[in-house]
Amino acid sequence: MTKIWTIPGGVHPEERKEQSLQLPLAEIALPKELVFPLSQHIGAPADPVVKVGERVLGGQLIAAAHGIFSAAIHASTSGTVSAIEERPLPHPSSMPGECIVIEADGEDEHIAYQACEDYMQLSKAEMVKRVRAAGITGLGGASFPTAVKLNPKSNQPVDTFILNGTECEPYITADDMLMQTRAADVVLGAELLAHILGDPERVVIGIEDNKPKAIAAVTEAAKGKAIEVVSFPTKYPSGGEKQLIQILTGREVPSRKLPADIGVVVQNVGTAVAAYEALRFGKPLIQRITTVVGEALDTQRNILVRLGTPVAHILAEHGFQAKRASRLVMGGPMMGFALDTPDVPVVKSTNCILAPSKTELPPAAPAQACIRCGMCAEACPASLLPQQLYWYAQAEDFDRLKAHNIGDCIECGACSFVCPSNIPLVQYYRAAKGTLRQMDIERQKSDRSRQRFEFRQERIARAEAEKEAKRLARKKAAEKARQQQADKPGAAKADVVSAALASAKPKAISAEDELAKLQRAVASAQNRLEKLQQKHDESEDAAQRDKFSAQLKQAALRLQEAQAKLDARQAIPAPAEAVAGVAASATTDANDPVAAAIARAQAKMSMPPAEKLQANIDSLQQRLAKAEAKLAAARANDGDTVAALQAGVDKMNEKIAAAKQELAALAAPTAATKPEPAARPTAAAPSPAVPPVKAAPKPEKPDAASVAIAKAQQRAAALASMAPRDKLHQQVKSLEGRLEKALERLAKAEADNDDNLDAFRTGVEKTRARLQQARAELESEQ
Amino acid sequence: MAFMKASSPHAHGITSTADVMQQVLLATIPGLLALSYFFGPGSVINVVMCGFTAVLCEAAVLKLRRRPVMFFLQDYSALVTGVLLGLALPPYCPWWIVAIGTGSAIILAKHLYGGMGYNPFNPAMVGYVILLISFPVEMTQWAAPRTVLAEGQQLVGPLSGLGHIWFDLPLDGYTGATPLDLFKQNNSLLVEHLYASEPLYATARWAGAGWEWVNIGFLLGGCYLLYRKIFTWHTPVSMLAAIFLMSVLFYDNGSSNSGGSPWLHLLSGATMLGAFFIATDPVSSAVSKRGRLIYGAGIGILVYVIRVWGNYPDAVAFAVLLMNIAAPFIDYYTVPRTYGHVKARPATEKSDK
Ligand code: SF4
Ligand code: SF4
Repeated sequence: MTKIWTIPGGVHPEERKEQSLQLPLAEIALPKELVFPLSQHIGAPADPVVKVGERVLGGQLIAAAHGIFSAAIHASTSGTVSAIEERPLPHPSSMPGECIVIEADGEDEHIAYQACEDYMQLSKAEMVKRVRAAGITGLGGASFPTAVKLNPKSNQPVDTFILNGTECEPYITADDMLMQTRAADVVLGAELLAHILGDPERVVIGIEDNKPKAIAAVTEAAKGKAIEVVSFPTKYPSGGEKQLIQILTGREVPSRKLPADIGVVVQNVGTAVAAYEALRFGKPLIQRITTVVGEALDTQRNILVRLGTPVAHILAEHGFQAKRASRLVMGGPMMGFALDTPDVPVVKSTNCILAPSKTELPPAAPAQACIRCGMCAEACPASLLPQQLYWYAQAEDFDRLKAHNIGDCIECGACSFVCPSNIPLVQYYRAAKGTLRQMDIERQKSDRSRQRFEFRQERIARAEAEKEAKRLARKKAAEKARQQQADKPGAAKADVVSAALASAKPKAISAEDELAKLQRAVASAQNRLEKLQQKHDESEDAAQRDKFSAQLKQAALRLQEAQAKLDARQAIPAPAEAVAGVAASATTDANDPVAAAIARAQAKMSMPPAEKLQANIDSLQQRLAKAEAKLAAARANDGDTVAALQAGVDKMNEKIAAAKQELAALAAPTAATKPEPAARPTAAAPSPAVPPVKAAPKPEKPDAASVAIAKAQQRAAALASMAPRDKLHQQVKSLEGRLEKALERLAKAEADNDDNLDAFRTGVEKTRARLQQARAELESEQ
Repeated sequence: MAFMKASSPHAHGITSTADVMQQVLLATIPGLLALSYFFGPGSVINVVMCGFTAVLCEAAVLKLRRRPVMFFLQDYSALVTGVLLGLALPPYCPWWIVAIGTGSAIILAKHLYGGMGYNPFNPAMVGYVILLISFPVEMTQWAAPRTVLAEGQQLVGPLSGLGHIWFDLPLDGYTGATPLDLFKQNNSLLVEHLYASEPLYATARWAGAGWEWVNIGFLLGGCYLLYRKIFTWHTPVSMLAAIFLMSVLFYDNGSSNSGGSPWLHLLSGATMLGAFFIATDPVSSAVSKRGRLIYGAGIGILVYVIRVWGNYPDAVAFAVLLMNIAAPFIDYYTVPRTYGHVKARPATEKSDK
């Protein structure tokens, strides 16, 4: 005899199981329409894989699991997908949710199921995969994806596997019926799941002693196998997962932990049969046994029902009289939820549809004051103090609620059931728990935003410091330049060029800034990665770990990206500096197209012309190939872009021809003397070939930078040829212009209260100083 | 088609608050019978008058507070308060004692604190203590039990009793000391001699004439309530155990300094009434099992201490009120260990879990 522990509390509501056991298990007519909510399990909603209008067969996958913590959904008969839309869900909140609607065609054609004789020879991973593919979730009520439960952490050996055939809720007999009619399959399912879990020492099927027929059938089927069939006294809520574990093992699942943490896994008997069917016959979860019961029905019995069948259809098939019904409940009278409309479908967890008459389950009497009689505490299986919870829930004293472990309330309803004052206690707890969850989320959010704020403060401070340092550096440089200028008037040239460049790209971020930013990005990515790794290692349950490992991958990717960017950035200055001919102070930035263009142009310039041309031709040919491919595709599709593409291809052909010609010309020794272009905007627009002329005549739209460079160079050249006085004159004029502009910008910045106000101010100051200096020089010159 | 939206559970047990209160009323019957047998109809008159006044007060206050009168009256709680006070008051006490006591119980102790379920003190005991402090003479005159009546003396009849209650008509020699009074007044005799010399003890089997049967009556009623699971055993058992232990400890072999025998303490005064009908009042007691053990033991100890070393011969009312004050404090530290927790946590613990 197996030892049985007793649980504290518990109640004995009227069982009323015989009501639905008078008739044999039956099937009902096919409904016209079936509705499959995408979210009928714990975890992420499934992703639809069918389109509206598509014909589907029974057993066909219609929505795939979204990640590990999700479950696939299959059509339960053949028909056409008529809609994928929001429909009311069978959920306590009766909120609408995304559903796949299938119009049954009456053929009830199914896909060919892949049976597997020796399924026990499959690898465990394959078994879990098949269970997952069959979309199996816990059929007892919580709808937890079964595959997740079958995959406990490797450091948590499962020593006890419990098959839950308790069915402690009054009225419900679905599991009872299943065990009576398919005891052998229950046992096979138990063996199968136990095998997947690594053949734990104990495999127990727990059944309450009010189901003698089921106990007899299962005991008979389990004869000679290493499976204990244990019956224990009927008491609600013995079938609660935590309670059943306590009854059968004497162990308690620690608060906020999972049964797997103490080496126990519990599955419902229905789930075991579904898993067996999935592996043995390749059948996905598309039907289940549901109890249809209540005195507002003419027929009360268990039915084998296709998932997705609307409750209204089932009620109609059982002679439902709405006038007699006090309410409509999905689930049992203790934990089921009231439906306000029968237009919701049967889902994987629907074990009962209860339509009680007004005398059977009369509307609740009005609540009276709590007399603190303590009956609720006597009934609570979790040894909570419901009356205190109620008191503090009313007072919204959340600290006290937490201290009284409201989180460990399993919402079994035993307390409300016994309360002589008819207080809907569970309702209060649900609301309080909801608020607590909300508070938790809010707190996390505020923690995060506080962190963000702190980071921002830090960043701003750092930026300020950097700016300050740069300003000082600039000041020093300017002083030096001024000195040089004083020594050698020609030096002004460089200054003007750089000024022109700077004005061409006023918004360019300085190189160091960029570098620092990238480095920061890498550092923070690394940081994140480490943290995630840590969390990943710490996290207890499999699902969470999966989530973390996904995040981890993402973080690693990001780190890689950042690192790559940083590397690229660090590599760039080399070529840029190598060709420091034009603009010494030009900022080269990997992300800045202008700078990149300049760099590329400069790189090209440093290439020998023949090579350059060759490269050009190569790239053109590549582009041609691509364009031709596109053209072909467009032709195949008869797209209207054909003409345009054709023109493009033709043009490219021409260009290549021209370039080739040039290359040939270049090969001739006379061509080699041709002067080099100063700067060529290759990035701005594809030029057919490097034109063997000066920079000035440009057939394509020139980009701003190259124009500025060209202008600056021109000006520099002009200045160089000017008399010093004229030169100064020119400088003064240009400085005056710049000052004006800078003042304008400053005014605008002031009006907008811009962040860069200081920068503008120093700019103005500097220009002004330079202007004054230039003027003084001019005067002295005169 | 829209159906009623209701939160689970949809089923409900059959007990109602009214049931609970009715059971309590029912359970007072053995004790009341014993009282009437030994002391005449005084207690029945008390119970009727107190009950009536209590319901009247309750209705009046509910009306003033604009609450649905009938709905709340149906919970029988006012009636229970009245009946318990009636049982505790001395038989044939004047009508105004009843009025003042019941009025204070219902209006002061119950409704001024927020009504049913919110009163920190046991209303009946508040009423009783107010009376005891304000009118000590009237409150300490108990009738003599039938076994000690002088030759030719009759038990007080209903009519003469009412005459005394309402019109202060004299009642011929009806008063007598209670066993606890006598014991307290004694300071020279050994317990043995005291027992032999006083007919109140001499005619009794264990403790005091009449009183022992009254207490046994209430004990029976209490057992019935336990059997019906109206309350748990923790408070009464721990209270009685505490009284028993204290009296064993300080019995002093029956010397003239003796605190009295355990039987005297268990079966005298309001011990059983207090243990099963007063201390078990759920509203004002501690909530958890452990809490109730402590609460009951506290009452037991206080009862003994006040009886033996205090100024009042009986002390259930004071002891209960004192422990009422301590109940919330006890509750904080006696939260039971919840499923899945290694240890019980105090209710004052702050956590972010
Ligand atoms: S059962 Fe109801 S009345 Fe009694 S203590 Fe609990 S909540 Fe209060
Ligand atoms: S609903 Fe919560 S508080 Fe009430 S009996 Fe169940 S576990 Fe205890």
